[in-house]
Amino acid sequence: MSSLHLRKLKSFIFLIFCLVSASIALFFLLFILYEVIKNGLQAFNIALFSEDFKPAFLGGGGLRHALVGQFLMTIVASIIGIPLGIAGGIYVAEYGKGTRTAKLLSNISDMAISVPSIIVGTFIFGLIVMPFHGFSGWAGTISLIILLLPIIIRSTEENINQVSPLLRETAYALGAPRYLVIKDVVLKSAKQGIITGVILAISRIAGETAPLLFTSANFSQLTFDMSNVIPSLTITIYDYTNLPDQVYLNLAWSGSLLVTIVILFINILARYIFTKK
Amino acid sequence: MTNSIIEFKNLDFSYKQNQVVFNINAIIRENQVTAFIGPSGCGKSTILRCINRIHDLYDYPVYGGEILFHGEDILKEKDLITLRTRIGMVFQKPTAFPISIYENVAYGLRMKGIKDKKILDEKVELALRNSALWDFAKDKLKQLGTELSGGQQQRLCIARALAPEPEVILFDEPTSALDPVSTAQIENFIQTIKKKVTVVIVTHSMQQAARISDRTAFFLDGELLECDTTDNIFTNPQDQRTEDYISGRF
Repeated sequence: MSSLHLRKLKSFIFLIFCLVSASIALFFLLFILYEVIKNGLQAFNIALFSEDFKPAFLGGGGLRHALVGQFLMTIVASIIGIPLGIAGGIYVAEYGKGTRTAKLLSNISDMAISVPSIIVGTFIFGLIVMPFHGFSGWAGTISLIILLLPIIIRSTEENINQVSPLLRETAYALGAPRYLVIKDVVLKSAKQGIITGVILAISRIAGETAPLLFTSANFSQLTFDMSNVIPSLTITIYDYTNLPDQVYLNLAWSGSLLVTIVILFINILARYIFTKK
Repeated sequence: MTNSIIEFKNLDFSYKQNQVVFNINAIIRENQVTAFIGPSGCGKSTILRCINRIHDLYDYPVYGGEILFHGEDILKEKDLITLRTRIGMVFQKPTAFPISIYENVAYGLRMKGIKDKKILDEKVELALRNSALWDFAKDKLKQLGTELSGGQQQRLCIARALAPEPEVILFDEPTSALDPVSTAQIENFIQTIKKKVTVVIVTHSMQQAARISDRTAFFLDGELLECDTTDNIFTNPQDQRTEDYISGRF
């Protein structure tokens, strides 16, 4: 066999190997998606969005309370976490660049991204839930902020570092002071990447269960009171799967479908923004 | 013969401990084009970047000697923002900002504190006309500057650098990323602006130096070997190494 044939054969074997690996991964993904859609559609109706928890003999109700609770915590966490994270990223990549504090912040953020989220939940349990004698929406929100911050800090830092040094020099060469160089040139150039990072960070916290388990706990009725226990979709799914009645199991499936759709939508949005000219 | 506007006196420059420029003494004359030539790594860009202190963005620069600008030492200057509005710069690659064409050109003007919309409009138009971009861009002023082609972007950068009417403009190999047509346009343009502004240009092309400059400085290994009129440098160099370089024996 000539060396050319051998190389072609090797290339073919490698191609088959890649195709098989990709198919295995895709198979399980599609299988999960199929199960979620098939089971989720059973209770996917208006009542899902318009009703709160009801006893099983009244049909089990819907998930409105959980949707509202999760939405509330995610939104508040985003409103507080996004500006803080972006400001932190700007500090690390611009004002503090090269300093010890900046390196420390960047490294800690890297570490924090890979910390299991249940640890963040336990940490807030010890720091806020215990001393203040109670689970609360605020405790849940703070957990989410802690998860959100490092992701946004790192993605902001990385996107700012991508901005060409030449572009920065040009702005300085025109006599621009530092804050204007950052505002007009650096942030404008890095905008798409930063927004994408923010959206992906939100999608990450929107589907979290573990950090809420010991912080916001759960509740069966609609509430907007962040200083008390507050329901969330993910924990409600978790709780409902442990109930004996089939109606709750169906609701849990519908909730899963909902979370999947929302996160899929957020990711598509992020991808759209990132690739758009 | 015109007056000197910039004078290097025993200029040294180091990247931290690593000295790359040694004892430069030279004069840049007003309203002339001065070309810095020499092989890669000879320090010509490094010296150019001393003139507007753009090195100071980083933590490495160590200066020695003096660079006199109208008799005042640039290296002792505290107000770099004002210095940079008086000494503009155009870089190797086109660096349009991700804002509109209009805002790109107006950027330096705004840095100079001009806020009046009418004056801005006038100066933006003038700068774009001077850089032969007006006819093309007049209906697209709101379009992003980054959407222009490379040659157009570089002309936009020149318009932007010239709009605030600096006294000196530094070009750091401005045509190295451009095709021959765009290069010719920019070379012609540099010829026309020297009535109003002093030009210092770093170039790796000796033909370019010969075509557009009045005076040429030849650098080698961080030292200035010769600085004279371009005619003299190219026809009657004093140093054997200059002759070797310009005749392509390097």
